Amino acid sequence: MAHAGTLEIRQLSKQYRVKGSTLPVLDNISLSIRPGEFISIVGSSGCGKSTLLRLVIGLENEYQGEILLDGKRIVGTSLERGIVFQEHRLFPWLTVAQNVSLGLLNAGLPEAAKARSVQEHIELVGLKGFESAYPYQLSGGMSQRVAIARALVNRPEVLLLDEPFGALDALTRNHLQQELQRIWEQEGITAILVTHDVDEAVYLGDRVVIMEPRPGRIKRIVDVDLPRPRDRGSFAFAGIKDDVLAEFSDQPPARLVQPAPPSGFADWQFSW
Amino acid sequence: MTIFMNADERRRLVRGATLPALLLAWWWAMFHFHWTDTVMFVPIDKVWETAMRMSGSGQLWLSLGASLARDLAGFTLGSLAGLAAGTALGLSRLLESLVGPTLHTVKQISLFAWIPLISVWFGLGDTAKVVFLSLAAFFPVLLNTFEGIRGVPRELVEVARAFAFTRTQMLRRVVLPAALPSIFTGVHLALIYAWLATLGAEYLLTSGIGIGNLLTDGREHLWMDQVLLGVAVVGLVGFTLNLVAGALERRLLRWRGPSAGQY
Repeated sequence: MAHAGTLEIRQLSKQYRVKGSTLPVLDNISLSIRPGEFISIVGSSGCGKSTLLRLVIGLENEYQGEILLDGKRIVGTSLERGIVFQEHRLFPWLTVAQNVSLGLLNAGLPEAAKARSVQEHIELVGLKGFESAYPYQLSGGMSQRVAIARALVNRPEVLLLDEPFGALDALTRNHLQQELQRIWEQEGITAILVTHDVDEAVYLGDRVVIMEPRPGRIKRIVDVDLPRPRDRGSFAFAGIKDDVLAEFSDQPPARLVQPAPPSGFADWQFSW
Repeated sequence: MTIFMNADERRRLVRGATLPALLLAWWWAMFHFHWTDTVMFVPIDKVWETAMRMSGSGQLWLSLGASLARDLAGFTLGSLAGLAAGTALGLSRLLESLVGPTLHTVKQISLFAWIPLISVWFGLGDTAKVVFLSLAAFFPVLLNTFEGIRGVPRELVEVARAFAFTRTQMLRRVVLPAALPSIFTGVHLALIYAWLATLGAEYLLTSGIGIGNLLTDGREHLWMDQVLLGVAVVGLVGFTLNLVAGALERRLLRWRGPSAGQY
């Protein structure tokens, strides 16, 4: 099992320079993520949540503040952080197995160990038998599974997911959310999921970080203290979901009140 | 390509062959039924006789061999130069801003405008012809390689960066494979242009042997059978080159799946 990373974000700010003026994207973000924790980040588009992820993965390097993985400052990309994008981003000229093995290109493992790890991860995402298929032969859901295997094959400490199921149909999305939960538990890895789907955020996250836009800030962090796997139909799940959703609307949250079970004869209301 | 074709491919072959077959039948009928008897044109069986005679004497094969040899030499040199230059320009913005505008101007000059210069510098022999052919093959490969490399999806480059690819890995495993379809378009065009230019070179730089010289000879002596034989050979060679390039392209780019045209 991989070593799960501790991620510490301190007073992180970022601006883009647009025609001489500066456009703040992220403003004073601080967040501590425990090893093995699953963090969901929700926010409307333009709140900087994807930028935050790109900073953590190291695709963008200009920022103020600190991003520390296991106490060390993040510089550039590294194999200890794996990423799944919204689009599968598979290399169309490589087969499933070859795409997954891209993650191991610079891992410094012997070939036999690489082949074993590739096979294990293809099986982990449930694609045994598709090793030599090309991306054009896969459905959207299958492609995203390959992308997950590719991100995990190197056993990173942190898995970053940038709206990974945003482009999938509702049925496939639900199924892959369950699969992701299973994979995350099996790998014991720290995970950060960026999404605009509140249901997905609550279903998967130990905590849900709610962000607000212009500039991107953390508005609130909601604990999701529910046993896994979570029951989307349960009352507690709906309550947390409503709580999160209320942050995105100006309306006061619809107060869900669970009816108290009748205790005595007097509580029964008869209608005769 | 296999010899055995499925019903679909057979049907396409039959359809494609219909028009040429009708034209040949018409040609044969024109002379057979004496609808014409001009010296400007000859009966089809006369062309066939000439073909047999010239292939028997070896003259046809010598000419064809000479033409193909310089075609391939020019094509190879020009394509390789185009590939190298296109890659360099695609990878370096600085180089592009330095040489790009000049190259884009030079490519507007008709190929045949180079002939006087080439003949003065390199004479009328094989060197001159190969230089001319290289020039014909160079530009399509250069431009398509450049476009292909500039068109490499940023999304895939980011994946490679996330996996900490080195510069060499990035070039070999991302940039070149992603640019390959476009490069292949260029090479395919170069193959066609180089063959067209072979004829042009033999026509304009008239020394030595070749299919082009066969044509010139035929015209000067009003041997229409020889002219038409030359035309047929030129067409057949072009057709074959195109077929080979297409098959090679499908094989190398099979990861793209069946193209829309194949449905």
